[in-house]
Amino acid sequence: MSKIIPVLTVLLALIVIWYAAAVKMNSTWTYDQAERAGTEVTFSELITDTMSQKRPLLPAPHQIVTELWDTTVEKKITSKRSMVYQGSITLKTTLLGFGFGIVIGIAIATVIVLSRIGRLTLMPWAIISQTIPIVALAPIIVVLSNAVGTGTLMVPKAIIAAYLSFYPVLVSMVKGLQSPDQMQLDLLKTYGASQSEVFWKLRLPSSMPYFFASLKVSVAAAFVGAVVAELSTSAIAGLGARMLIGSQFGEPMIMWAALFAAAILAAILIFLVGGFEKLARNLMGGRAV
Amino acid sequence: MKKPVIDAQNVDLTFQTNDGPVHALKDVNLQIDKGEFVSFIGPSGCGKTTFLRCIAGLETPTGGTLTVNGLTPEEARKSRSYGYVFQAAGLYPWRTIAGNIKLPLEIMDFPKQDMDKRVEKVLDLVDLKGFGKKYPWQLSGGMQQRASIARALAFDAEILLMDEPFGALDEIVRDKLNEEVLKLWAATNKTIGFVTHSIPEAVYLSTKIVVMSPRPGRITDVIESPLPKERPLEIRDTPEFIEIAHRVRDGLRAGHDV
Repeated sequence: MSKIIPVLTVLLALIVIWYAAAVKMNSTWTYDQAERAGTEVTFSELITDTMSQKRPLLPAPHQIVTELWDTTVEKKITSKRSMVYQGSITLKTTLLGFGFGIVIGIAIATVIVLSRIGRLTLMPWAIISQTIPIVALAPIIVVLSNAVGTGTLMVPKAIIAAYLSFYPVLVSMVKGLQSPDQMQLDLLKTYGASQSEVFWKLRLPSSMPYFFASLKVSVAAAFVGAVVAELSTSAIAGLGARMLIGSQFGEPMIMWAALFAAAILAAILIFLVGGFEKLARNLMGGRAV
Repeated sequence: MKKPVIDAQNVDLTFQTNDGPVHALKDVNLQIDKGEFVSFIGPSGCGKTTFLRCIAGLETPTGGTLTVNGLTPEEARKSRSYGYVFQAAGLYPWRTIAGNIKLPLEIMDFPKQDMDKRVEKVLDLVDLKGFGKKYPWQLSGGMQQRASIARALAFDAEILLMDEPFGALDEIVRDKLNEEVLKLWAATNKTIGFVTHSIPEAVYLSTKIVVMSPRPGRITDVIESPLPKERPLEIRDTPEFIEIAHRVRDGLRAGHDV
């Protein structure tokens, strides 16, 4: 409860500011229309008009909620205009990219931790990879994967999502796999444990708290990657594509509804990963580090 | 004449560091017989832990000879001659107490049915019966350290090496655990090497007290304790006890003649 009150206060303040901004920004259009018709606008007319324009500069919150409701609950899921349909495409890309990202992140981290050569060669490249703007890389990835013959856009989009999401996993896993101290390693040495036993019995379980902490960041990165991929690969489906269509065809409602759908979907994903983390922690001894 | 379990002849160990060589051990000669309880005492940097690690094959001496059961420390380690107890319990938080004790057994490929029996047996030895299903965080510091001793005992090593195992515990818990270690020693008849900072602890536990001093790490005195094997805590108030403690203190002071 004590957490909810501050959050609601901020939310309320944001909504008030939003409504005020909507009136201000949309009023230009209202005054223009009135001038052409040669009429005067009263204050109450101004409010009603700015709250209900078809193509407002800044839609009022209730308009976005209505649009979201129309495009999720009212529309059939199979419809191209359904946000559920569009969202499911983005979700599929996100999850595929997230999965790739986890596998790649763990694999590279393992090589880095277990071999000196890996440490010297791979880590700098992993860091450099994140300095290249993904928007610049996206078209190249699309062209290349088309050349290889993957057919659909799903694969390049997932690669782009994975490109962003592997990095947090990699960094955390390198730290996690190296987290056992010298004493722990010595203990296993006194048992005559092999390298692989040290890895499976000590390093990997020790890294799990680091791993789960990275998942929340990673899933968010995968989601951003998926949306950016849809924006920059001239995709025609997915929330990112809806945003682009909304802006290109002057349909702000579509754009804003897609934006909110994306925010809600991202929140759900992070919430689910958080739940998964709790579950895993319980399985690993309740209060594992 | 019986051969000693641990035999060190002129053992030297020099670490090469960025600030030049550090003489950690110099000319260490020591014989430990089967069933002895040997304490190593001395100030920080006297090489007591380093010497224990040499016996365990975790460090390699740069000079002299060191044998464990007639083997090199490395070979002795591979033949599972000893269990090692560190200053921190170092239990895996994701494993139960029983799971932690099974760790060395899994690595040494003990048969599955045998494992549970062994876990039961060593939990009983360290007085933790019924705690096998608990996780480490559910146990107090002293209990965790007992569990780590149980883990070192699980695979029936002949030698038990303990590196300041109770250093991080308060004195009341430490007294209790000292009593238990003696009981354990009587019950298992193991050879024990025990590193400590505490004079009363060393005198109370040992049949042989090795006094060491730093720069370079060396042995300054080896005291054979005349105390009987049966030792109630009250023995610490007897004149014999106080006399040995006195000699240990003198030995420590003599090493500090700088």
